[in-house]
Amino acid sequence: MRTARSRHLVSGAMIGLTYLAAVLATLPLLLILVHLLTKGASSLSLAFFTHMPRPVGEPGGGMANAIVGTLVLIGIATVIGLPIGIGAGLYLAEKKSSPLASTVRFLSDVLNGLPSIVMGIFAWEILVRPIGHFSALAGGVALGSMMIPLVTRTTEEMLLVVPTSLREAALALGYPRWRTSISVVLRTALAGIVTGALVAVARIAGETAPLLFTAIGNAFWSTSLSQPIAALPLQIFAYANSPYDEWHQQAWAGALVLIAIVLIISLAARFATRSRFGAPVD
Amino acid sequence: MTSLPVDWLEKDRRKLRVDASAFSDKVYEALTAACALVVPALVIAIALSIFAAAWPAFAKLGLSIITTSNWDVSGGHFGAAPALFGTLVSSTVALIIATPLAIGVAIFLSEFSPSWLRQPVGFLVDLLAAIPSVVYGLWGIFVLIPLLRQHVMPFLRDTLHLGATPFFSGPAYGPSMLAAGVILAIMALPYISAVSREVLMAVPRSQREAALALGATRWEMIRDAVIPYARSGIIGGIMLGLGRALGETMAVTMVIGNRLEISASLLSPGYTMASLIANEFSEATNDLHLSALMAVGAILFIITLIVNAVARWLVWSVARRRAQ
Amino acid sequence: MLQSTEVLREKPMRIVTPTVQVRAREPSVSQEEAPPCIVASHLSAFFGDAAAVKDVSISIPQNAVTAIIGPSGCGKSTLLRCFNRMHETVPGTRVEGSVEILGSSIYGDGTSPIAVRRHVGMVFQRPTPFPTMSIRANVAAGLRVDSKSHATRGATSEIVEEALQRAGLWAEVKDQLDESAMALSGGQQQRLCIARALATRPRVILLDEPTASLDPLSTQKVEELVYDLRQTVTVVIVTHNMQQAARVSDGTAFLLMGELVEFASTRELFTAPKDPRTESYITGRFG
Repeated sequence: MRTARSRHLVSGAMIGLTYLAAVLATLPLLLILVHLLTKGASSLSLAFFTHMPRPVGEPGGGMANAIVGTLVLIGIATVIGLPIGIGAGLYLAEKKSSPLASTVRFLSDVLNGLPSIVMGIFAWEILVRPIGHFSALAGGVALGSMMIPLVTRTTEEMLLVVPTSLREAALALGYPRWRTSISVVLRTALAGIVTGALVAVARIAGETAPLLFTAIGNAFWSTSLSQPIAALPLQIFAYANSPYDEWHQQAWAGALVLIAIVLIISLAARFATRSRFGAPVD
Repeated sequence: MTSLPVDWLEKDRRKLRVDASAFSDKVYEALTAACALVVPALVIAIALSIFAAAWPAFAKLGLSIITTSNWDVSGGHFGAAPALFGTLVSSTVALIIATPLAIGVAIFLSEFSPSWLRQPVGFLVDLLAAIPSVVYGLWGIFVLIPLLRQHVMPFLRDTLHLGATPFFSGPAYGPSMLAAGVILAIMALPYISAVSREVLMAVPRSQREAALALGATRWEMIRDAVIPYARSGIIGGIMLGLGRALGETMAVTMVIGNRLEISASLLSPGYTMASLIANEFSEATNDLHLSALMAVGAILFIITLIVNAVARWLVWSVARRRAQ
Repeated sequence: MLQSTEVLREKPMRIVTPTVQVRAREPSVSQEEAPPCIVASHLSAFFGDAAAVKDVSISIPQNAVTAIIGPSGCGKSTLLRCFNRMHETVPGTRVEGSVEILGSSIYGDGTSPIAVRRHVGMVFQRPTPFPTMSIRANVAAGLRVDSKSHATRGATSEIVEEALQRAGLWAEVKDQLDESAMALSGGQQQRLCIARALATRPRVILLDEPTASLDPLSTQKVEELVYDLRQTVTVVIVTHNMQQAARVSDGTAFLLMGELVEFASTRELFTAPKDPRTESYITGRFG
């Protein structure tokens, strides 16, 4: 028979362990950020943003092409993923319980969990293999395909927060359904949808595996959609696996820039969320 | 003043172009439905394209691709059993490390955290999911691996005498199954903790109060009233984390050592299915090699598909119970 | 509840039923003379297979306030939503029978619900201002749908002012027309919604328990507004509050389990109900 005292000791100890878990879980993130800052910042310079990569042995050089390439890939992915995702999200929010809606909801969640490498293989099979060469477009399609289910689900979630009464009020004023959806419901949920879109962009911005099969990287300047294109994650991967110290330095600098892009997008998303909750919806 | 003409509705019909808006409604509905249909179409297209690419290898080699362990490109032998083994072992190690931490954090955030800490800690843990995999890999190569090789591995093997077991025996390579497991644990942690936190928060207050009213301590309340209620949701979260770990490519490729061997020791290098595909894809010259890699991809696809579907089903069943 | 709103009108009349007091007033149009505005015949409304409104035939007079009362779940809101074809916006619903408004059948072949709703305004239980729009834009929201008559800016602001005047809100908000409607109090938001419904100059305005979420003081303001509106527009108000029905309406319909039990002038219904079920309800024996 355990005494009350020992039970309270156990309780205290277990609560203490959850505190320890919180410390241990946040530790890696802090470590990674510290290392990125110390190792990355030292090799970061203006040239890193404006110059092309140089061969080993030559000092200087940057990742201008990879930075631009990443932005191009994000752009293509957004053009594909955002409209389709928002359209599908609208459908899910409006036809909540139709069989197609339940299927799409489930499959979106399943797609969100699929390894990104699978998306790479898919885009390679439909856009690289038949055409015969790697391309920025294929990379954008792979990343855009990853964005679709992400945006679909967050859009739906944000639309469901909008009270039904608002939709009814618009319909009762004589708004057609489509205008009710676009200029009242979507408009009201816009801040949340922007957040969801930004989170999705942040998520795909750092993807590497799908690009190995599609964009593949490019040592030269290219913004052509039909040609292979450089990307920050690919460049970091290549440099990190190289045996040269200078390239390792460049990889750290590249990682710092990549994480800065991702963090800025994530923080923007946080900010957009905050202003959403700042304005009372109901 | 209300003397409307009897055909007022008819007049309005023309004035408001109501036929046009009925048509726009149809167009709108068709457009959103088409967007929604993209999702199932994508799933089918992915499955078809992978199996089409894998078909030549399956036709020629059958299941020997995952049941044999001789991977010899020039000899035409493609047995990827070590990669399957590595995928399963690295993910298991990751879950063993990540699960208690993630659930601990989730309990901390949902039950015990002082309110000023809740947001920042929650944000930092969520942020783990935002770090690109290649950055984890970079950090793994230059920070984690030296740390493991110089301190953690000798400590486990010699100080704790775990070297007597097959799991921690042999020389301490830096790139290893253990390194992959640790990286994967960090990467899976935010997914497990986010889902667990959500289902813990969904446990009704009455459930907790009933336990406390019976004289339970705060921990007993969590253990006996809260966790059982949230159990299947937490398991769903763990499975989502597992799905992540199984399919993770870049970070693992960078730290696992990429050696196609089955070794019981976590201190030795290994390979995973995803990293095998990523590494050999660009070097694959003959069609059978390429197809064999795609076959490995197809098997990975099936495994992660099943794991994810079960995970979603578990999480949904909790959500549905809450809705009732 | 009654006490706080009793002061609303002077000279309450003593009547036989103890729980309800009917205000003495000169009816603007007496029940019998008024030409009908809404004529429903054999109207039934379904959710799936379940009928929420069963074979209701009613003739609602013009330029009067008609209250629909009944216990919760009796189908009174559903009946109201049949009058502007809002019922059919919920998936799986269906309407049988016919409704004529001012001589036109609103469920007739080829009649667009949009045209109907433009002429039949509706206000809901909870205030529903559009959160992303200013006060001005909220009031003008219904005007903007009218694709052909893109009113000039000047004309629009005239209509906005007129609607806000009619809703008794103009004096309170005229200096903040471009601010968010969410800054208004609940009662002001509800009157804003009434102004929004009035801006399209509807023939009929339907109020679905418009004061259910308001405090007594705001309730009083909305009731005064409803009372005044009957001079220019036909009002149908659903309420679970019998005192409210007695205070604001000319005619009252009592609905029970989807069936219309009795429809009479408010005074008659509350003082001399013909149906024993009406009597039990208004004397508080159920509901």
